[in-house]
Amino acid sequence: MSVIADPAALNRASPGYWRRLRPDAWTAGVLVIALAVALPLITVAAFVLQPAGDVWSHLVHTVLARYVGNSLALAGGVGVGTFLIGVSTAWLTSMCEFPGRRVFTWALLLPLAMPSYIIAYTYTGMLDYAGPLQAALRAWFGWSLGDYWFPDVRSLGGAMVMLSLVLYPYVYLLARAAFLEQSVCALEVARTLGCGPWRAFATVALPLARPAIAAGLSLALMETLAEYGAVQYFGLSTFTTGIFRTWFGLGDAGAAAQLAAVLLGFVFVLVGLERVSRRRARYHHTTGRYQSIRRARLTAPQATGAFAVCALPLALGFAVPVAQLAAWAVRTWSRMVTPAFIQLAANSLMLAAGAALVTVMLAAYLAYGARRQPTRPVRWGVRMASMGYAIPGPVLAIGILIPFGWFDNTLDAWMRVHAGFSTGLLLSGTVFILVFAYAVRFMTAAVQTVEAGLGKVRPSMDEAARSFGYRGLSILARVHLPIMRGSLLTAVLLVFVDVLKELPATLIMRPLDFNTLAVRAFELASDERLADSSTAALAIVVTGLVPVILISRSITRSRPGQRNGAA
Amino acid sequence: MAQLELSGVCVRYGHAVAVDGVTLSLETGEIGCLVGPSGCGKTSLLRAIAGFEPIANGSIMLAETIASAPCWSLPPQKRSVGMLFQDFALFPHLTTAGNIAFGLRGWSRRAIDERVEALLALVGLEGMGPRYPHELSGGQQQRAALARAIAPRPTLLLLDEPFSSQDVERRARLAQEVRQILRREHVTGLLVTHDQHEAFAIADRIGVMSDGHLHQWSDPYQLYHEPADLFVADFIGHGALLAADVGSDDCLETSLGSIRGHVPAHFRAGDPVYLLVRPDDILHDDRSDRTATVVHRTFRGADFLYTLALDDGEEVLCLSPSHHDHPIGERIGIRLEIEHLVVFARAA
Repeated sequence: MSVIADPAALNRASPGYWRRLRPDAWTAGVLVIALAVALPLITVAAFVLQPAGDVWSHLVHTVLARYVGNSLALAGGVGVGTFLIGVSTAWLTSMCEFPGRRVFTWALLLPLAMPSYIIAYTYTGMLDYAGPLQAALRAWFGWSLGDYWFPDVRSLGGAMVMLSLVLYPYVYLLARAAFLEQSVCALEVARTLGCGPWRAFATVALPLARPAIAAGLSLALMETLAEYGAVQYFGLSTFTTGIFRTWFGLGDAGAAAQLAAVLLGFVFVLVGLERVSRRRARYHHTTGRYQSIRRARLTAPQATGAFAVCALPLALGFAVPVAQLAAWAVRTWSRMVTPAFIQLAANSLMLAAGAALVTVMLAAYLAYGARRQPTRPVRWGVRMASMGYAIPGPVLAIGILIPFGWFDNTLDAWMRVHAGFSTGLLLSGTVFILVFAYAVRFMTAAVQTVEAGLGKVRPSMDEAARSFGYRGLSILARVHLPIMRGSLLTAVLLVFVDVLKELPATLIMRPLDFNTLAVRAFELASDERLADSSTAALAIVVTGLVPVILISRSITRSRPGQRNGAA
Repeated sequence: MAQLELSGVCVRYGHAVAVDGVTLSLETGEIGCLVGPSGCGKTSLLRAIAGFEPIANGSIMLAETIASAPCWSLPPQKRSVGMLFQDFALFPHLTTAGNIAFGLRGWSRRAIDERVEALLALVGLEGMGPRYPHELSGGQQQRAALARAIAPRPTLLLLDEPFSSQDVERRARLAQEVRQILRREHVTGLLVTHDQHEAFAIADRIGVMSDGHLHQWSDPYQLYHEPADLFVADFIGHGALLAADVGSDDCLETSLGSIRGHVPAHFRAGDPVYLLVRPDDILHDDRSDRTATVVHRTFRGADFLYTLALDDGEEVLCLSPSHHDHPIGERIGIRLEIEHLVVFARAA
């Protein structure tokens, strides 16, 4: 084969803008970003090899079993809950016809906008002893304290329900996509081979969707293991709350990092599971033409049942808590919206916008690197840079604070010896490391979105533009940017909203006098000032709706093979 | 015994009529085929027979029991009707053997194993049982899907455009293979296609459909030589329709001269008609006095298909051996040799 057959060689030979950036600059740049993003992982992993200190052996003997047990029990419960809700709603909305189905297809995603700590304390406020529900029950039946049994929201079971209600959309999204992608022929073949509708679902549709469902479940469980706000509020001892306690309470960074490493081990099992599932999903594609799905018409009682199955998670996971928040906000709004609150909101918005821009710029660099130099080290680097989504917030915070603290102290000592003055803590406790942490955590979503946009710019388009005499930057401006604008904007929005909602990493790493909406809402709620926290919480939920709308729009647009009428 | 009997079947989607009053029947072991342009309703009819579409009128009988009637329909799983889809629809989560065994519910383990082995051998996939569908080639997937469809010995096998994903050259051969397999298993089959060559290669009976109507249901020979109406004459095979007038005592006056033959009794002398002239009805003969001008020619290897202009401008097709090479514009001698007249009414 000739040298020209190698696309990298073609790039090197091509004139213009790209030549000034030498090919190796891409590789080097991608690897630098990848290493920076991997820094917290490497730090935490390094502590596995450290000799265990006293605190660690104390933890092992006292609370570790409880952390593991609670975290796994929570994950198990949320797994069952999200599976039941996600798969049933996905099946009903894709395969059956009943009143409201069209609305449910997108509305079922709404709970994604609800951060788990907010839903947790909203339900606590509604269902605890002083809450409206119990008060009403007591008023109706004339009960008083101790006369009756009422489930305690602030329990492991309560946490399972809360998290299932906001995390089922992951399973719903992927399962629904899988059901829609399945060739209807596969189901019809099963019918002609003697299966009734339920049996066809159990023996064909469900196994075909299994990889997608497994991927959705692993995402939901990753979120569950990383969960901090809700479990802390419920007073449950899990890995994440344990890491906090060890770091702040016992002051032992090493032991906290070792706890983090164990948690990370569990998370990576899930990451592996998700990867394997997605790979297997390739083989689970039924080939060929899509027949328009002829949704089963349900009888009136069946349709009522289907409506209830879809309406219940939507009501409990979104409508009811939002209504409660709105009711509180109406009462406390005038008192809470002060100049300080506006300063807080501005802080949050600036921080989120800055972090989003930085992250997307880095993501664009990674995506272009992978396109210009599709070599093994570059692809490996991009993949490593996209691992951040799996790192739970508290783990991330520890993995960043430890190396930066070391850097600050070393620099300070060196400067004091050699330059005669102290630099103090240069980076720790600044907005810089907060932005760095966000970039690490949310790089995945940004890279995926930018890569999807860049995929629309086919190499032949570059060549076509070049054949008209455009080169380098003008190709970027005239061809790439117009095509990718939507994807870049989406990436910025996704990261923006994620940063706005982020709680645990911000809680640990924020500068002393610096507060965000999420942190403020959580602090107020932790002080039992639930009603006062509602304005901030509602603001977060409303911004959280943006990506939900984006996702549901892209779903309706990309649905394959929907046609009407006879063949 | 009729395995399939349709009488007056209508399928509607809302107000759109997809199938309009189709009547046909298939005897045990026969292979039938519905051809027609896309959108003619043949797939809707197939889906109604499988039980996926309700019918608005008429009835569908399978093995002499009622399967569909207006407002009543036996569910697909109880019909014992196999279906072979265009995209094969093999289950990717099951092995080839697992796919074939899928419909064998209630069979003993040993009976299943024996049946699966026998079918794998029948379709030429010996030893492929443990493979997954994505490890098979396209042709192998098709044969696996066929084996799966006939495994439970269905009353009737429906084949929905089964060869359309294959190369054109392979279709006829595949159709022959499938025909032999169905014959050996004594399966009654009904196939849907838009490709008449496939239909001729596989079917004992062919139906031509358009706009939901079944124009003709007969054996291939009859379909080609005695098309029931203008649509069938035009759709099946090559040919030209020549304007003609009915003369006295079994004779037609055409621009190719006077042609003797049997004219159907309901035409009277002087009626304007069309005469169907197939390419094999017109022989190229250098010694003939009658000539026509070559306006188009297609070299097909073994023969030439000439389009010839007659003196009054009408065009006919002529098939001639490949060594008769004539350029466009040349006048060549032709001779008419029509065995029987196919005549349709023509508006004057």
